[in-house]
Formats: sequence, structure tokens, C-alpha cells
Amino acid sequence: MLCDICHKNIATVHLTEVINDKVIEMHVCQNCTKTEEFKENLSIQELLSGLMDASEAKHKEKISLKCLSCGLTYDEFRKKARLGCGNCYSTFKQQLLPLLKKIHGSLQYVGKKPVNSESRILEENKTKELQKKLELAIQLEEFEEAARLRDEIKRTNEHE
Amino acid sequence: MFEDFINNKDTWLSGKGPFSEIIFSSRIRLARNLADYSFPLRANKFQKEKVLKKIEEVHHGTPALKNTLFLRMQDVSELDRQFLLERHLVSQEHVLNFEGKGLVISSDEKISLMVNEEDHLRMQVIFSGFDLKKCWEIVDEIDNEMQKRINFAFLPNIGFLTSCPTNVGTALRASCMLHLPALTFTKRINKILELIAKISFVTRGFFGEGTQALGDFFQISNQISLGVSEAEVIENLSGVVNQVKEQEMDARNLLLKKQKLNLEDNVWRSLGTLQNCRLISSKEALSHLSILSLGLDLGIIDDISREILNSLFLEIQPAHLQKIEGRILKEGERDYIRAQILRDKLGQKND
Repeated sequence: MLCDICHKNIATVHLTEVINDKVIEMHVCQNCTKTEEFKENLSIQELLSGLMDASEAKHKEKISLKCLSCGLTYDEFRKKARLGCGNCYSTFKQQLLPLLKKIHGSLQYVGKKPVNSESRILEENKTKELQKKLELAIQLEEFEEAARLRDEIKRTNEHE
Repeated sequence: MFEDFINNKDTWLSGKGPFSEIIFSSRIRLARNLADYSFPLRANKFQKEKVLKKIEEVHHGTPALKNTLFLRMQDVSELDRQFLLERHLVSQEHVLNFEGKGLVISSDEKISLMVNEEDHLRMQVIFSGFDLKKCWEIVDEIDNEMQKRINFAFLPNIGFLTSCPTNVGTALRASCMLHLPALTFTKRINKILELIAKISFVTRGFFGEGTQALGDFFQISNQISLGVSEAEVIENLSGVVNQVKEQEMDARNLLLKKQKLNLEDNVWRSLGTLQNCRLISSKEALSHLSILSLGLDLGIIDDISREILNSLFLEIQPAHLQKIEGRILKEGERDYIRAQILRDKLGQKND
């Protein structure tokens, strides 16, 4: 069997993926497994792009979004089917949610919660509260109090 | 490095643990990403190094990881990287593009954490036999302890965030490696694989990633990670794996009843081949070892140790051969050494 990419060498790497009843096969020679084409052609990407096309067909305009944290554009995500950072999930939320629904059949997370999420939220609220007090103290020119608050914020942040 | 691994008696291929004659091993993989860092595929050298340093630091103070070693993949030789891949302790991606990647590994090989693979952390716990719950308990503990020291990327509605949207949510992949020679022999396997796919579970060949599962080993895993809890994923997969195990047992009984002579002929021929070959490819060796394993389970042969047979599934792989020989072997030479090791380990008692 010849390689699907170069069509010259004998294929020695065979990939099969069965996802939602669809069997996708790829046969590639050792050399071509290192090429970008192979990596971009991995079936999961194809499948995801297929799903994305389906959900985008409804609104035809081109989506030109870019994540401010990592710089990933929506177009790049479409090609590689990989997000660049946690913030991408917020940036591409509108496009991602229908995709996640298609992949998982659900949009309701029911797994374990982060261990320290509650304490972390409390800490965040505490810092915000202190920040407000600090601003007020500065406005009222109560500089001793402001310095005390500044130190307390610093301690809270370090504690995290 | 890793010389001791070859002699490890209690690994995921030891043939111990519940139902290990059909369900060879159970594995849980959990993906996690550090909040506020780009995912590895998007990160530059310096960002990856920062993550590596952070994990190295956390590794020291995590009690659940006390018997593990932290390594940088660039410090591991090419042969050793291949060796780890053959033992299913790292992924292909971790071996091919090893720069900026790390590995945390326990001496008994049950715990391995890939750092900077597709996600910042890919934690794997693997046990011999059918014991997904135990795998989960350990991975859960590691995750909890690490979370006391680092924040993982998480959103309340969609859970733990991963590089690939197919993993988001619990970011958990549970899998079992099953040996299904009788279902393959009776050609009922395709029907079963179709059914498994219909209920959103994924099956892959375990050795060689081939279209055809070498040695009749199949890995069944969950596909969905959002909308189901960790416990549900494990329970659902356990149910599917149990069903497939029952089917394999039925097929074995059917073989014994209806095609006993045929089966015996196959088993003895395989033993004959392995005991007498002078050159053998890993593909051919795997298929004979598979039939031999079935013969041992069904009592057709009984003077071969299960432990030795199971260890051979790994020892005949290229990097293993070279570790055993202690030198780099050319491709043609491997078939010769492989045959030698097989004859040696399965040698007839009376010679």
C-alpha cells in the first residue's frame, strides 16, 4: 500500500479512528509522519472541521476573531482544531458551544470541582473589597490607613 | 536509564489483577492545564520552560508523587524514548517532538505524567487487570494535591479546559486493554466493534496503531468528557468492558466445543514456530504470542509461565530488543535477535 501523502513510499504507519460510527483510515510512510500535512490531516482535525463547517453554514459571514491572550485566530483554530489557551474558550465561546454540544451531546459540566475554587473565589472577593477600601482611603487622604490596606492586599496576594 | 523496568514484575502487563486473562490492563488519563499559560502547542520555548519549572517545583512537594522521578525528555536518549513509548508510558507525540517536554514517572511504572504534551499535564495511572476504580483513586489524589499548589484552567460550565475540545470537561479518558483472540478467530469482533462505536465508545488496536489490531489486543475508551461525571464514565466503560469480556468468554467456549481440534492445531503450531524460528518480525511474533496466550488460558498448553508470556509481548518490540542486547540493532538484525529471545524464553523443557 502506498503512502497517502507522497504516493511514493510504502505506507508503514496506519491510523484508524472510529468516531460516531465513522471509520477514518490513513496510511502513511515513515517520512511523511513528520510532515505538517500529516499532522494537519489527522482524522480528529478533519472530523472537527467537518463539524465546524456544519455549524457555520447557517451564518455564512467569515469569522475573524482573535484571542487576546495567546493570539490564536479562529481560522487557525479551524485548521488545527486545537485551542491556544484557557482564554480561547471565552474568546470563541459563540462558535465553541455548538461544537462542544455536537461532540459531547451536552453543555453541562458535572465533574469534580477545582479543589480550592471556593477559597479562591473568597480570596478574590476579599482582595476586591480591600481594593475598594484602599481607593476610598486615598480619596480621603487617610494615608496611614491606605498603607495598612496596601500591605494587607500584598499579603493576601502572596498567600495565594 | 530504565534498565530496571525490563525486570519489573508488577507492571500493567504482569497478568495479575481481576479478570486479567482477558482484561490485561486498566488505565486512566487525566488532562490538566495551568491557568494563565498558553497551551504547549501554542507556547514558545521560554513559556514551556516556565511550565516545566513550575511542575518540577510542585512535584517535590506532592506526597502522592513521592516515588516518582522528574525528567526532561531531552535528557532521555532516543532509544530510551522509544522504549518508554513501547511500554505505553509516553505518547508518540512526546517521543517525536521531545523538546521542552517533561516526564514524571514512578519506578513501578504505574504513574506517569507527561509535561507539555498537547496539554500541560497528562497524568496516567495504569494497573494490571480490571481495576479502573483504583486507577481513578490514585489519579484523583495526585490531581487534588497538585491543585493545592497550582491553579488549573477551569470554567464552571464546561469544566477543565484542554487544548482539544474533545477532552474538555472532566478531561478524563478511561480505557481498558482487552485480549480478544477468540472473537477475532470467530470473526465476531467487527460486529462488536461496530456496536461499541454506536454507544460513543472508541476502540483502537493496542499494538502498532494499525487498521488491524496486532496480537488481537484492543483498547476500549470513553469518547465523551462533558455532561458525565468521572464516576459515570468509569461505570459506563466498566459496563461495556464487562459485556465484551462476556462475549469473548462465550466465543472461547464455542471454540472449545465446536472447533477444538482446529484450535489446538493453531496453538501447537504457534508454539512450534516460536520455539524454532530463526528470523521473525514483531508482527508475526505478536500473532503467535496471542494464540499461545489463548492456549494457555484454555489449558491447551500449561508448561509456559503467564508472566514470561506476557512480558514477551513487550520484549519483542524494537527498542526492548535493543535494551536487552545493550546496543543498537540494525533492522534486519532485530528479527534474528527477536527469534533468539523467543526460542530462549519459550524453549522446550526437555532439551
